[in-house]
Amino acid sequence: MKIFKLILKNFKRHKLRLSLTIVGIAIAVMAFSLLRTVITAWNAGVDIAAPNRVVTSHAVSFIMPLPISYRDKIAKIPGIESITYANWFQGIYKDKNQFFPRMAIDAETFFDVYYEYKVDTSIYLDAMKKQRNGCIIGKKIAKEYNLTIGDKMIVDGDIYPGRWEFEVVGYYSGKGNPKVDETWMVFNWSYLDEQLRQSQSGRGGFVGWYVFKVKDPNKIAEISDAIDKEFFNSYAKTKTQTEQAFNQSFVSMSGAILSAIEFVSFVIIGILFLVLANTMIMSARERIREYAVLKTLGFTTSHLVLLITGEAIIISLVGGSVGIAVTFPIVDVLAEAFARIFPIFIVANSTLVIAVSFIIVAGIISSLVPLYRSIKMSIVDGLRFIG
Amino acid sequence: MSNNNTIVSVQQISKSYWRDSLEIPVLQNISFDIPEGEFLSLMGPSGSGKTTLLNLIAGIDRPTSGKISVAGTDVTSLGESALAKWRANSVGFVFQFYNLMPVLTAFENVELPLLLTNLKKKERKEHVEQVLNVVGLGDRMDHSPKQLSGGQQQRVAIARAIVTDPTLLVADEPTGDLDKHSAEEIMILLERLNRELKKTIVMVTHDPRAAEKAHTTRHLDKGELS
Repeated sequence: MKIFKLILKNFKRHKLRLSLTIVGIAIAVMAFSLLRTVITAWNAGVDIAAPNRVVTSHAVSFIMPLPISYRDKIAKIPGIESITYANWFQGIYKDKNQFFPRMAIDAETFFDVYYEYKVDTSIYLDAMKKQRNGCIIGKKIAKEYNLTIGDKMIVDGDIYPGRWEFEVVGYYSGKGNPKVDETWMVFNWSYLDEQLRQSQSGRGGFVGWYVFKVKDPNKIAEISDAIDKEFFNSYAKTKTQTEQAFNQSFVSMSGAILSAIEFVSFVIIGILFLVLANTMIMSARERIREYAVLKTLGFTTSHLVLLITGEAIIISLVGGSVGIAVTFPIVDVLAEAFARIFPIFIVANSTLVIAVSFIIVAGIISSLVPLYRSIKMSIVDGLRFIG
Repeated sequence: MSNNNTIVSVQQISKSYWRDSLEIPVLQNISFDIPEGEFLSLMGPSGSGKTTLLNLIAGIDRPTSGKISVAGTDVTSLGESALAKWRANSVGFVFQFYNLMPVLTAFENVELPLLLTNLKKKERKEHVEQVLNVVGLGDRMDHSPKQLSGGQQQRVAIARAIVTDPTLLVADEPTGDLDKHSAEEIMILLERLNRELKKTIVMVTHDPRAAEKAHTTRHLDKGELS
């Protein structure tokens, strides 16, 4: 406590330098946290995957379709609780830049398998079942495009050519769960299938992938193996994997970019070390004579450790805290701006833990050189020092 | 030979510095005793080893050979940690350039050595106020060193030196950075501390007027004491 008072007094020496150091650390920590948040957002699909959800897609590529007839065969495999399926539809809504996921789903089963996506079953889901071209949209999309029940959504098909007209019949949300992507638009798979059978007969009767819940997550490997064996001799072989692994395959496509972002984030931490170390070395050099006086008065090595390392850690913590505090409102703004690219853009707890750990480590490491010098310095040399 | 009232005993002390492989002897086989309550002045030309001898007595430097005892403690045999503790309890330092902490007030500077003791805040306050009154700065406690004159800063430094009631007070050119009037005040103060508080003082000085205040003056030249 007595040493803490001395540390606080030392902060009065070079207020401008101290302020610039704190701002430098704050910017470094903010930049680090933002980059980590981007990485987290990129990996969000992997992180939010349910542990009991499994995806079956075409063995060659997930863009190749699977016959709808597989549904009943998969459902019969022991251990599967409920199964649904979907097609990636996409298309162009308003213009090419208006990206958000648009999928054809089985209204009967989809929200049962994706149980964290909350929808009012008695109103919205029933309405979707009754209306062939009815669609349900996430709350974020509804807000962003100012869409309400009864509004039309005209989508120009790209994967499925044609002009597609949908009508908003309901909304879904995560009910406060920040890991639910509220930017989807889902509509009846049967509507897509009917249209395809009429206009492109060869494309009817197919789904993009199957998703199912299992009763016991420990048996996922066994169940997956059973499914893939079932269709091993079929013309459309399957690949069954956990939802997490399935989502990971998308993230892996951007692996190089993510690695680059991660590298830059650690470079920024390196800069934080340098900024703080520079300040601490300058400060300690200016105080060599004072440290010699303290040693003369009977202050020991442990006192100097508390004094020098304590000062570095406090500066680092103050700068880091400012950086973290500033990160949150910036992330909120960016989350709005990039809602369609990163539907889940939040500062993860892991980011905070890493940032705080680096802040403390930076404080300790930056004090090592000045500490070593002040401990090794003889009192006589210190008293003679002219800084 | 040490007498019963000897407080400092310097026996066969030698000190050399090394510059690369070249040995530079500073003190050679010096022996002398300082009785309790003495006010000793060490004089000599620059480079004669006065400050080195003072540093050795005060335990902030170590001799190449020989032994120094202060109030029965063999200072030369103490480890770093024990020596630091001994300095905190037994020696008060007065430097030529005051060496006050610029970010601390006069009160806080004087309180510094007491932070190493187990005294409570209230007790520390009493001690600090008492010694600042002794040096005549009772009304300047909240002033920072910048707000004080050279003479006043040196008086704060003296207050810091005596606040732990040390056995020995060492002063290295205490008037070296002061004008004539301030130097006179400082010497009167040191003389008072010696006379009234019975402090044993060892002072290095170039100033013959300062040396006149001491009971005894010893001269060092080329590492030898006369």
